[in-house]
Amino acid sequence: MIKIENLNKYYGELCAVNNVSFEIHKGEILGLLGPNGAGKTTIYRVLTGYLSPTSGTIKVMDYNIYDHQIEIKKCIGYLPEEAPLYRDMLVFDYLNYIADIRGVEKNRKLSHLHELADLCNLNEVMHKTIDELSKGYRQRVGIAQALMGNPEILVLDEPTSGLDPNQIAETREIIKKIGKEKTIVFSTHILSEAEVTCDRVVIIDEGKIVADDTIDNLRNLLHEKSFENIFRKLTRGN
Amino acid sequence: MRNMKHIFKKEFKTYFVSPIAYIVISVFLVVIGWLFFSTFFLNRQASLTQFFSLLPVTFAFIIPAVTMRLFSEEINVGSYEILLTMPVFFKDIIIGKFLAAVAFVGIMLAPTIIYAFSISFLGDLDWGPVIGGYLGALLLGATFSAIGLLASSLTRNQVIAFIIGMVICFSLTVLVDFMLFFLPNSFVGIFQYLSASFHFKNIAKGMLDSRDILYFLSVSFIALYGTNLIMQEKK
Repeated sequence: MIKIENLNKYYGELCAVNNVSFEIHKGEILGLLGPNGAGKTTIYRVLTGYLSPTSGTIKVMDYNIYDHQIEIKKCIGYLPEEAPLYRDMLVFDYLNYIADIRGVEKNRKLSHLHELADLCNLNEVMHKTIDELSKGYRQRVGIAQALMGNPEILVLDEPTSGLDPNQIAETREIIKKIGKEKTIVFSTHILSEAEVTCDRVVIIDEGKIVADDTIDNLRNLLHEKSFENIFRKLTRGN
Repeated sequence: MRNMKHIFKKEFKTYFVSPIAYIVISVFLVVIGWLFFSTFFLNRQASLTQFFSLLPVTFAFIIPAVTMRLFSEEINVGSYEILLTMPVFFKDIIIGKFLAAVAFVGIMLAPTIIYAFSISFLGDLDWGPVIGGYLGALLLGATFSAIGLLASSLTRNQVIAFIIGMVICFSLTVLVDFMLFFLPNSFVGIFQYLSASFHFKNIAKGMLDSRDILYFLSVSFIALYGTNLIMQEKK
């Protein structure tokens, strides 16, 4: 589904992503894990077309990131960290605008909006401005935004960061629900969450991949039961 | 094309949901109305020439305030990231935002048409220069909007975007006029050609010269193209 090959991204002299290659298969929920500043967000930004890579290629389905950026953008829904939305818009207006831009057909638009509002529990806040919403709701509007137009791939950058335990559970439920039909890449600092949600994890540290496997395989490989210890061993924490 | 329309609609609506639009329009109308009518009756002339000659300087201050948020706010809040990962071309984003600003300038200018009608009751108003003046005002407004948009794409800080936009627009109106005193004769033509107020005055006289129209179109194009380059550079 997604094939990343020898991806490098430099910010001036600083190397944020260093020769990263991995694949994401259709229908998989992949956890991209790593400490802060490891390069996760940069990988997402290159994958979603917000930044261009310094070198290396990304293929999404049969599309190449250099030649078919618009086609790739059509099949990826993206929620950046902290869900940066237009704060002065009503939730309904915002989602309606995203639906227009993502090319949702007019006659299907309203039912699609209702569908997403149901899925993300947004019905009560549809006519509030985004500014008034709590962080949990804002995050869910962000997820609804990413799901708009039914993209096949979802990229979620720390969708649960800063939420309370109830909101985390709700968000996790939503991700699991969508994960049945879609390919999902997401990152989190809550390792127990990764354990229950992800089919496979890719762990990166200082821009390089240090592990790419299922959590069970990593346990066997490193003879370590706790995933937290594995994470600390593989990244700078050891 | 379709996406350009959606972006235009969203940006135009956003102006009017926040108080900015109403404040900017009120300030514009109060300032220009006061400056114009404070000398109007002394001149004893039923014409809008004085009004149009005030426009370039007023626009140089007001329009950067209209355009300053277009990119800066998005970059600052981070919604720029979502916008750029939508299946839209840069040109749709740029032209959509640009046209929203131009439409806003049109709305801002519209109430001043009352001046023309009320003056036409006072004396024999020549409508040629009035129509030319409004056409020129829209061209001037579009050019300054493009410059403001370029300034806005440069920074995440709206105040800095406003100042950069204002300095460029102000230079194109006033500075070039003033500099003509200090320049050797051979340069006067070139600098005069660079001045937005020079071309605007020509159109506001009621003379439609392709050179003046070409000037506004080409400066707008350069500014919009520059915005595109800056967006590419940010990637």
